[in-house]
Amino acid sequence: MDKLDNQIVIHHLREKFGEQVRVIAEPHGLLTVATEAETILDLLAFVKDDAQLRFNYLTDITAVHYPNEDRDFCVVYHLHNLLQNLRLRIKVFVSGPTPAIPSATSLWNGANWMERETYDFFGILFEGHPDLRRILNMDELEVFPMRKEYPLEDPNRVDKKDFYFGR
Amino acid sequence: MSKPITKITPNAAVFFDNDPQDELITLNIGPTHPATHGVFQNVVQIDGERIVSGVSTIGYIHRAFEKIAEHRPFYQITPLTDRLNYCSSPINNMGWHMTVEKLLDIELPKRVQYMRVIVMELARIADHIICNGILGVDTGAFSGFLYVMQEREFIYEIYEEICGSRLTTNIGRVGGFERDFNEIAFRKIEEFLKRFPPVLKEFENLFVRNRIFIERTSGVAAVTPEAALDYSWSGPILRATGVDYDVRATAPYSSYEEFEFDVPVGTNGDVYDRFMVRNDEMWQSLRIIEQALEKIKKEPAGVFHADVPEFYLPPKEQVYTNMEALIYHFKIVMGEWETPKSEVYHAVEGANGELGFYLIHDGGRTPYRLHFRRPSFVNYQMFAPMSSGMLISDAIINMSSLNVIAGELDA
Repeated sequence: MDKLDNQIVIHHLREKFGEQVRVIAEPHGLLTVATEAETILDLLAFVKDDAQLRFNYLTDITAVHYPNEDRDFCVVYHLHNLLQNLRLRIKVFVSGPTPAIPSATSLWNGANWMERETYDFFGILFEGHPDLRRILNMDELEVFPMRKEYPLEDPNRVDKKDFYFGR
Repeated sequence: MSKPITKITPNAAVFFDNDPQDELITLNIGPTHPATHGVFQNVVQIDGERIVSGVSTIGYIHRAFEKIAEHRPFYQITPLTDRLNYCSSPINNMGWHMTVEKLLDIELPKRVQYMRVIVMELARIADHIICNGILGVDTGAFSGFLYVMQEREFIYEIYEEICGSRLTTNIGRVGGFERDFNEIAFRKIEEFLKRFPPVLKEFENLFVRNRIFIERTSGVAAVTPEAALDYSWSGPILRATGVDYDVRATAPYSSYEEFEFDVPVGTNGDVYDRFMVRNDEMWQSLRIIEQALEKIKKEPAGVFHADVPEFYLPPKEQVYTNMEALIYHFKIVMGEWETPKSEVYHAVEGANGELGFYLIHDGGRTPYRLHFRRPSFVNYQMFAPMSSGMLISDAIINMSSLNVIAGELDA
């Protein structure tokens, strides 16, 4: 089997998806691509089942909140080709007070709790998820605590403001 | 012997309308049941002794580490990682340091890398001792647990010599260790290499060909490799199904590529295979520690951190006498270090599987986002679905063979 590398992956993705998949960067050798919520399931299914790519191990799903961006949530998938030891990171930027993205549970059962955790902390709705409930926080919680607008400590405290430290 | 589990229906809900005549019993296992070995709950519906369906509730000791980490400089996050898998804290510590070092492009001297390998392998042994010992207890064999517990105590004594604490170790710093291993530590590690093999052999003899143990564990909760990969399993329980994925071998870190060790794999993926994989891994860990000690002797003595003054705290005496040391000390403590805007995913082979750190850094004093990929969390989600149809007693030993640590489960 030929050694798979980032260039071959990029080539394959370009061939199949064209402009729908953008290469963002390769920080520390880990290829990072971005796509839209509409294409994410096709992309995941393609890289999972393609005979050459075979990113069939779902390492992780999580999200990041960028409150100052237009599309303020980023859902991040980490995939792994175990045979060739190559990782792939896929980012999907979504927006809105109730950001939504299709669920990957149809491809991997392991996505179930990862998506529940992401929903629990960021409020991202995974459409088609069989059981989208809170997982670590209590059911009565009304907010999504990992969003940046929720402070860790009492926001009225002044002794920890950044400007005391020159920022 | 029951058939291996090939297809698992996820989320078999516990409360659906499958019981018109009210024949089934709903039972709570946990959150503080001794069999769960940690604070998490399983509500199961049982028909006699057989589980019909179950649902897991977790989060009882959720401490919001990811949120706290967004408000702390890198070196203050190490104590948080201690409390993930508290049975093998050093692996978490080292994993975190390596993540930051990857971000900052710090190359460690070989001696430091070998020292890390020693600490991590000791931690792996300590963790596997507990898991296998507890598995023995849950199958009715208490003595093995007590025999090996003494050795875990000895590993904790080695930790004490290295860093001063025992359970939540906080070993090492970004860029190396806070101090060199002392003479006593080296002597104790060598003593451990001598005294542990006979104890492990004795422990093995109690279980490996013990007919009661085999009948109790063999074929119980057998999982196929396909199902395991579908549920993103990693670590010993994945290797027990026959998939040879070990981060140390696949993507070596901390100079693991220089060591000679085998990756033990099972064939059936049942509880017995998981026990055997963990057992063999302890022997491999001993081999690795032995090699690391040999390698350390060939390296220049007294090197215990990389030469990165802008990230590694200077010795306190120098802070009072040396201008540069004072400046670096101030900058590091106040978080005024120059850090790149980047993102890093770094994985180490934790005792339970792939422990990953996903760090997004915007150049500020604290991580912009830090996500822990916790093996216990990912591994545990198959537990409730796979328990359907199992006897309660089998489900209990299945749970202990998964080695779910509540701290890692909930973060």
